[in-house]
Amino acid sequence: MTEIVEQAIGRSRTARRRRKTGGITHIAVFLAPTVLIYSIFSIYPLIESLRLSLFDGQPDGSAVWIGLGNYATLLFDANWAVRFWNALWNNLILFFIHMIVQNPLGLLLAALLSLAPRFGGTYRTLIFVPTLLSVVIVGFVWELILSPLWGVAEGMMSAVGLGWLYAPWLGLEDSALTAVSLISVWQYVGIPMMLIYAALLSIPDELLDAARVDGLSGFAIFWKIKLPLILPTLGIVAILTYIGNFTSAFDLIYSIQGVLGPPDYSTDIMGTLMFRTFFGQQTQIGDIHMGATVASMMFFIILIGVTIYLLGVQRRLTRYEM
Amino acid sequence: MKHIMMKTTATAALCLAAGGALAQEVTLTIESWRAEDQAIWDDTLIPAFEESHPDINLEFTPTAPTEYNAALNARLEGGTAGDLITCRSFDGSLPLFQRGQLADISDLEGLSNFPDFAKAAWSTDDGESTFCVPMASVIHGFIYNADAFDELGLEEPQTVEEFFAVLDAIKADGTYIPLAMGSADQWEAATMAYTNIGPNYWKGEEGRQALIEGEAKFTDEEFVAPYEQMARWSDYMGSAYQAQSYSDSQNLFTLGRAAIYPAGSWEITGFSDQAFFEMGAFPPPVPAEGDTCYISDHTDIGIGMNADTDHPEAARTFLEWVASAEFAALYTNALPGFFSLSNAEFEVENPLAQEFISFREECESTVRVASQILSRGEPNTWNTMWVNSANVLNDTMTPQEAAADLQQGLESWYEPQQD
Amino acid sequence: MSTVDTTRARRGRMGRLGAAAGVHAVLLAYTIIAIFPVLIVVLNSFKNRRGIFTEPLALPRTETFSVEGYATVLTEGNFLLYYSNSLIVTVVSLFLILLFGAMAAHALSEYRFKLNALLGVYLILGIMVPIRLGTVAILQLMVDLSLVNTLISLILVYTAQGLPIAVFILTEFMRTLSRDIKDCARVDGLSEYRIFFEVVLPLVRPVLATVAVFSMIPIWNDLWFPLILASSDATKTVTLGVQQFIGQYTVNWSAVLASLSIAILPVLVLYAIFSRQLISGITAGAVKG
Repeated sequence: MTEIVEQAIGRSRTARRRRKTGGITHIAVFLAPTVLIYSIFSIYPLIESLRLSLFDGQPDGSAVWIGLGNYATLLFDANWAVRFWNALWNNLILFFIHMIVQNPLGLLLAALLSLAPRFGGTYRTLIFVPTLLSVVIVGFVWELILSPLWGVAEGMMSAVGLGWLYAPWLGLEDSALTAVSLISVWQYVGIPMMLIYAALLSIPDELLDAARVDGLSGFAIFWKIKLPLILPTLGIVAILTYIGNFTSAFDLIYSIQGVLGPPDYSTDIMGTLMFRTFFGQQTQIGDIHMGATVASMMFFIILIGVTIYLLGVQRRLTRYEM
Repeated sequence: MKHIMMKTTATAALCLAAGGALAQEVTLTIESWRAEDQAIWDDTLIPAFEESHPDINLEFTPTAPTEYNAALNARLEGGTAGDLITCRSFDGSLPLFQRGQLADISDLEGLSNFPDFAKAAWSTDDGESTFCVPMASVIHGFIYNADAFDELGLEEPQTVEEFFAVLDAIKADGTYIPLAMGSADQWEAATMAYTNIGPNYWKGEEGRQALIEGEAKFTDEEFVAPYEQMARWSDYMGSAYQAQSYSDSQNLFTLGRAAIYPAGSWEITGFSDQAFFEMGAFPPPVPAEGDTCYISDHTDIGIGMNADTDHPEAARTFLEWVASAEFAALYTNALPGFFSLSNAEFEVENPLAQEFISFREECESTVRVASQILSRGEPNTWNTMWVNSANVLNDTMTPQEAAADLQQGLESWYEPQQD
Repeated sequence: MSTVDTTRARRGRMGRLGAAAGVHAVLLAYTIIAIFPVLIVVLNSFKNRRGIFTEPLALPRTETFSVEGYATVLTEGNFLLYYSNSLIVTVVSLFLILLFGAMAAHALSEYRFKLNALLGVYLILGIMVPIRLGTVAILQLMVDLSLVNTLISLILVYTAQGLPIAVFILTEFMRTLSRDIKDCARVDGLSEYRIFFEVVLPLVRPVLATVAVFSMIPIWNDLWFPLILASSDATKTVTLGVQQFIGQYTVNWSAVLASLSIAILPVLVLYAIFSRQLISGITAGAVKG
């Protein structure tokens, strides 16, 4: 009995002491698992990749320090540079298409959903379904649908008199990247939709009521009140799109078009370039050093984009919100 | 913790004691890109081996072909690759040997069962060391719907002009798509078109060696001509062939909607199962009547030993078995279309496979033109060949441009081509 | 009431009805676009090969109905095992991401200490970088830890991959929690740990559901790490199993479509479990950042 009491007193004493000194143990305990797992399995491997990019592989498997030599090769050797700039350019187009199609579409759907129509929940759930699917499935399905052989797309277009519009989009240089981008939009539009929808819901009702009393139409309310208020969310959506464009877009292109980004490199992006450089394919033997160089360039490009966003866009947005 | 330690020591002691009398059972895993062969290994090859070698267990663990190189590379780097490694030919595996990831197996007795050209695909340039046992080659040509040919009164074409006459006849009739070929996946354009019909123009090995020695260029007539023929193919391919994938082409042919399939012999197994009509095969037509014909008889698949394996003895035992006549017969018949490279005599039962193997008697064999030495640099010539061949079929590059681009890429790093 | 008034009222009602119809038309149209490809897969998985090719859009009829695809999948693939592997990996990783992520977020949002801001930035770096870039080092690590071909290796990688975004979202939200409740609890003598588990965690439950959904998708669908770290038959996940199945049966579309259908189902169920919390979660603060 006394033991327990003593323990309790002791505990409260330590507690008091901890609070006084600002107590560091529990902070460490809270942070330790995350910091440990993240550092060991995420940051350390990435640093290792950066380190690899500073070496040149020898035929016998050893490596020689060459500083920024690999970066010079990637950017200035004609054969490498043409692939690098092509991939980067394709990535930017991909980003652009997502910005003008996916995000406005997400905004539109979210705006409609926020009017709380009947079956709103059902629409929301179903529209989110593609986002849940693996690219293995998405790639296979869309290839089938657009396939000239199976003829689903062609058949459906003919049925409404648009058969002449059909083309083997995935196989044509001019349209392959757009087609892949739109498939990606189809898959991921659920994410901006959800984020924007949630932001719209969090706008205080009083604000909207006041606007209505002032006689603003629904449309005007949307433009003049809601949209400015959700600008920060749109900013986040934009930056997530930018990052996803370098990270998750690879999976889709890889599963639909393969690692060479056909036809004629028109769907080759940084991800596919990195993948085949790093790991090789068929007779091309992987070069982990050049691969790591491409990977590091990707990292720097993402970093530049995020920095621009944080310094420029977000700061202005937040001020606007105030 | 202590308990476990003691137990392990005890087991170890037991093993040591028994080691002399009782050989320990080992399990070897096989890395491969032939996911389709799972059943054949599980049901035929592995039981046959384990019967004569009860102390060695085998596990066949394939990775899809598109991921094979990447996954294998990562596993080799990480030290987790299987004991036995299926080798792509020539420069697909040589670097693995140079890095010390594939073991030197030059002293394997069974290697004497193979001709030199077969071993060359898995040996160093000087022929000193061999690192994989040759398993099989694949032969290219054309598979056709024999029922359709009968129906339209057509015969196997011998020359290019006859070939196009046949295509015209099929096109005029309209029932069938003349050529089951697409350009979406690119590699078929290179393997089933360019290096399939090309050897007839560049005279097989002669042209290939000339390129390696720097005496010929891709811009020479004999390397441009196959592209010129391919440019004529697109009129006979299905509508929207630009988005037609490899499996689309397979389906198009086996569902009886197309008449001729530019093929590799590996299709035989699947086609024999899927197609409900008679099939025949002919080698690539020659430019002019009486020309010697050349076929792409590509040393495609071998198997070697991970230098890091824990069971080198068992792995060598298995490789000896792969080099045996027993394996040659089992493999070739389980997988008609993969032709053993062994000197051993064996019977091929599948009629379509028999036709393909008969090409070897009429024609000279060669391997894919970019597979040896020419794809060692960046840009990788074989990759460029994929892309440019598809471009020619797509009409987005002229034959001359495709060839010039290949030559420019090769010259940029390959010294013998640089003067 | 004057006639003018009634007309205006009628026009208003009509307008509202028209607007509602417009809203439904757009939403319905897009829902169809979203769902159609999935339906096509499921529909055709119940047909034989001829049926799939000749009438891709038709419902299975007696001549074309077939479950041979499912039969092949169930006999040839070891899908029950793959399911349980995927489930274990996904659920355990999610649990760890949520628990550790919430703990870290609590530390970052609740306490002032020297490295706070720096740690925040350090953790956010992970959102920007695809963890796949570090594959070789990860594999070597797993080899050193003897974790290759175990589900643990996948769980560790996915936890590391999911933590940054979880910490980011949860921190933003926890900053908005009122300090009073926590200070009350402190006065009552609750330890910092009990404050976290008994006061903070229940408050952020909806946000945890949001994080769960966003973290779940890439884990369940990942192809890469199962391939590299755990490709043995005993540890294969559904996505990898399906992918290899496709490789093995390229032309057997009934089987391929059946395996795809089988892979779609569980994600939908998991999603349904979390989705009821999802919207309230997102609204609650995920986007306040």
